[in-house]
Amino acid sequence: MKIVVCVKHVPDTESRIRVGSDGRSLEESGLKWVVSPFDEFALEEALRIREARGGEVVLASAGREAAKETLRQGLAMGADRAVLVLDSRYDRCDGLARAKALAAVCRTESADLVLMGKLGVGTDDGQTVPMVAERLGLPHVNGATALEIGEGTFTARREIEGAIEVYEGRLPAVVGCDKGLNEPRYASLKGIMAAKKKTIDVRSPQDLGLDPSELDSQSKTRWESMELPPARPAGRILEGDPADTAKELARLLREEAKVL
Amino acid sequence: MAFDVLVLAERRNGEIKKATLEVVGTARRLADSAGGGRVDALVLGTGAASAADVLGRHGADRILACEAAHLDLYAPEAYAISLADATRNSGAAAVLAAGTVFGRDAVPRAAARVDAGCLSDLVEISVTPSGTLRGRRPVYSGKAFAWVSSTSPPSFATIRPNLFPATPIAGRGSATVETVEPAVDAGALGARVVRLETPAQQELDVAEAASVVSGGRGLRGPENFALVRDLAAVLGAAVGASRAVVDAGWIPHAHQVGQTGKVVSPGLYVACGISGAIQHLAGMSSSKVIVAINKDPEAPIFKVASYGVVGDLFEVLPRLTEEIRKLKEA
Repeated sequence: MKIVVCVKHVPDTESRIRVGSDGRSLEESGLKWVVSPFDEFALEEALRIREARGGEVVLASAGREAAKETLRQGLAMGADRAVLVLDSRYDRCDGLARAKALAAVCRTESADLVLMGKLGVGTDDGQTVPMVAERLGLPHVNGATALEIGEGTFTARREIEGAIEVYEGRLPAVVGCDKGLNEPRYASLKGIMAAKKKTIDVRSPQDLGLDPSELDSQSKTRWESMELPPARPAGRILEGDPADTAKELARLLREEAKVL
Repeated sequence: MAFDVLVLAERRNGEIKKATLEVVGTARRLADSAGGGRVDALVLGTGAASAADVLGRHGADRILACEAAHLDLYAPEAYAISLADATRNSGAAAVLAAGTVFGRDAVPRAAARVDAGCLSDLVEISVTPSGTLRGRRPVYSGKAFAWVSSTSPPSFATIRPNLFPATPIAGRGSATVETVEPAVDAGALGARVVRLETPAQQELDVAEAASVVSGGRGLRGPENFALVRDLAAVLGAAVGASRAVVDAGWIPHAHQVGQTGKVVSPGLYVACGISGAIQHLAGMSSSKVIVAINKDPEAPIFKVASYGVVGDLFEVLPRLTEEIRKLKEA
């Protein structure tokens, strides 16, 4: 079984976010970059399926040169090889342009299964799974917390507000992975050494038959500007006897905050 | 120039969800603000036509009813194809749905089908002079906001639930009903929901609740979540949790608030024994009123708290629960 795992290079979730001098991009100095955490669940699931059934796990990403570091992390965890659609504009383009690039890689690889995180932390769009599936004309489930692969079929579960959906579908398919699906492994020292010898195949958008003009972030949706939320006003601190503070807090919540 | 809007309705057990009514009201407002236009709502599954009344009163002029039993439960491809077809047929300038798990799944797929982009999870929305949508959305889990817009119609967008009113508009009656045929036969569905499991003990979802009480490592052990549950019960609040205690297995992931969990913005958020790691703060700092109870006066959670109690939560929580119970009963 050939599994393509799409991964995104994102700022670490512990990062403090600052706006760059252009008023729209991220101030990148001092940021640490990681594999988007939800993509780790996807890669772990792919490795487990390969261990159980054999096959190959291919990483796919679209972005700048530095995305290679993210791909090396995935190779160190155990993926067999990687494909990078290299163009720095993928770090600023909209979900559709990114989905087209990833779908093009999946198509050239003839994937039996495409896995990725349910969203890339940061832009938080959560569009890539449904959009890649649509571009490929394949079924999808986004946000799987359980996945069973059968012979040409799959079942999955996902959490929605106050309930769980149970899916049945056929392969090939695109599945977005959520926390709870598995516990991702850490790369071993041996894995890190082995990753240095694995291939990262670099392609241009043109190599994949994509129209580079769509990479211009002006194409379908535009990210105009970014701003930080206003700082919250300083709050009131209560200390002292627990019985008194509890009583005072309840009073404030009712009379001042009016939330009771 | 008319600004027609198409809304994808979401149903649970046949009932239209409140978040959809918020979107229909928003669609009405957008159409009116742009000089008038028709608001359509696409409703799928058995009994679709019966939604004409409630959708009409909230702002829809017409519903497109696709009465097909194989669409009672969500089927991503069929829903997206139906929405894309309805977009083309209705000539809508904008396509909207609630930013629920459902809306954020079906709308981007339909957008990709007509080669359009999609604006996700908007918290503010308006129509530009060129007839496209523009809005503001949280990014980096609420650590920042981005202004985004679509460059050509049709514009596709999802709207964050619980922010816009879902109130009937005076003087409005039922919407007209137009029947549409299912775009996909039952046999052609590549993936579909075959069953919806609802927990026997229905818990409030942190993403939907008006109040949330969350517990963290300060609770010292899973058994002490009872203190959090007790307070949540008197408040009618959902139970949330920090990543640390979810990772420790004290409570399922569905309760996690933060960057790898759920982003919430309730009217009241009570953080108990949560220090306030940056990824947790990202998930809750847009809440209206924040209460923090923590032993450590230096805990970062106090920086976002409207009311901070520096103290032992084992002493404070039961008393607070009791005081609120008394106030509610008075």
